[in-house]
Amino acid sequence: MASDFNIQYVARLARLSLSPAEEEQLGAQLAGILGYIEKLKELDVSGIEPTAHAVPLVNVFRPDVAQPSLSNEEALRNAPAKANGLFVVPKIVE
Amino acid sequence: MLHQLTTWQLAAKLARREVSSRQAMQACLDQIQRVDGRLHAFLSCDAADALAQADAADQALAAGAAGRPLLGVPIAIKDVIAVRGQPLRCGSKILGQFISPYNATVVEKLQAAGAVVFGRLNMDEFAMGSSTENSAFGATRNPWDTARIPGGSSGGSAAAVAADECLAALGSDTGGSIRQPAALCGCVGLKPTYGRVSRYGLVAFASSLDQIGPFAKDVRDAALALAAISGPDPRDSTSVPQPVPDYAAALNGNIKGLKLGLAKEYMIGGMDPQVSAAVQTAVKQLEKLGAEIVEISLPHTDFAVAAYYIIATAEASANLARFDGIRYGARVDGADPTDLYGKTRGAGFGAEVKRRIILGTYVLSSGYYDAFYLRAQKVRTLIRRDFLDAFEKVDAIVTPTTPTAAFRLGEKSGDPLQMYLSDIFTISCNLAGICGLSLPCGFTENPKLPIGLQLLGKPFGEETILRLAHAYEQSTGWHKEKPPLGP
Repeated sequence: MASDFNIQYVARLARLSLSPAEEEQLGAQLAGILGYIEKLKELDVSGIEPTAHAVPLVNVFRPDVAQPSLSNEEALRNAPAKANGLFVVPKIVE
Repeated sequence: MLHQLTTWQLAAKLARREVSSRQAMQACLDQIQRVDGRLHAFLSCDAADALAQADAADQALAAGAAGRPLLGVPIAIKDVIAVRGQPLRCGSKILGQFISPYNATVVEKLQAAGAVVFGRLNMDEFAMGSSTENSAFGATRNPWDTARIPGGSSGGSAAAVAADECLAALGSDTGGSIRQPAALCGCVGLKPTYGRVSRYGLVAFASSLDQIGPFAKDVRDAALALAAISGPDPRDSTSVPQPVPDYAAALNGNIKGLKLGLAKEYMIGGMDPQVSAAVQTAVKQLEKLGAEIVEISLPHTDFAVAAYYIIATAEASANLARFDGIRYGARVDGADPTDLYGKTRGAGFGAEVKRRIILGTYVLSSGYYDAFYLRAQKVRTLIRRDFLDAFEKVDAIVTPTTPTAAFRLGEKSGDPLQMYLSDIFTISCNLAGICGLSLPCGFTENPKLPIGLQLLGKPFGEETILRLAHAYEQSTGWHKEKPPLGP
């Protein structure tokens, strides 16, 4: 499994720019880690249900009522670029 | 020396008006001034705000402290928990100059109990690490030996409590990030049961594993802090509507007849013999105090680290997708949004965070999901079952917290897998969703470094592990030893 690990492909999925040096170093380290986690294949897990989390709670709802929330000004305070009460982003559609 | 007191000692003096909260806060600030240049436990500390809160507490104390058990007590916060108006950077560059617009529920609860909430404590970036060397702002040092790591990811919280820079602290624990640094710095650290404490305002690392918990100078303090922060919260749908007991009332010293499990799978190779010896002596002491020792088996222990690093990284890769340079934090401009995301994240995240995002993205990617992520979730079921079966026979499980005492800075930072394997005793607790506590149980010789004993409890079994820990602590006194920080 580890042999077909393509770091450039995975980095693109993760929206993460890596330098060639990082690709090389991370690729080598991850090959070792993937080799280690392969050990899970030693276990027979047929018929075992997966556990997503350890709390027996499902479908926790609250009444559909508006609650106090951040003002527009507060929500934008940490924005790297803003104008007219909006986040500024690069052009998406030509 | 008010900063050296426990929270319950200080709270009693404050309630009697023998001392003021301002004096206690100032004593902590003076201690930070004295030692933090060597330790780097704090990323920032807003002294003016802390003293203003202390003055407000003193005014409230004049009217009486009834119902506010922490009134006027300075408590510091890991840099992953939101405090309104204070920086929140998670030990990362990617959050830039982020200032929290709201309070975490645990912060509101501490303030409701009267605490003076101050300071931003150092951590491994996004809580990913076991040494605090992954902080973008420089490592924290162990107060017992500043050439060594304090543990992680909540290394700043552990070091600050051990060095008396605050009375208590909050941290977060995803695979041991409270218990391991508590063990390595010689304080008490408690990871509550999953669902016991609200995570609203905790920056998410791995949502099915994360819990907030206290660092304290003794077990009574841990019980008081836990009582203050526990309880259901409509803003966290995973918080469990279970009543909060009076944890301090559980500390009655009576552990006669409690059954304590020793797992044969935890007798691993690679243990420091001094750590093994200290833990064995502690088990004998618990037996002397009336606990009954029972051998148990946790047969899937050997698979916990592998399952953890699949589940935790998968969840992290999804949670950290929000750091994209659009709505907050640092931004590196790009030709189009995708280019902007990649450049921002490439420049903003450190090496360990990148490693885990890549691993997590891979195990979730098309064609590998079943082989890795789904399989790890099934192994998680087996690990949880191991614990629930064991808890049919015993009231708690006793283990070392770590295989060795604190290692040197740089010793493991080049080998991520070795770093991961050092979490062997703490990781299963998060996968199973149970509670766990670490407390001091002795020291190594040459150099003198703290050793931690871990007690694992049933889901919502915090009272039992606190009672055991308290009985042990009071019969030994390890918690009274202070690190050699000098003047």
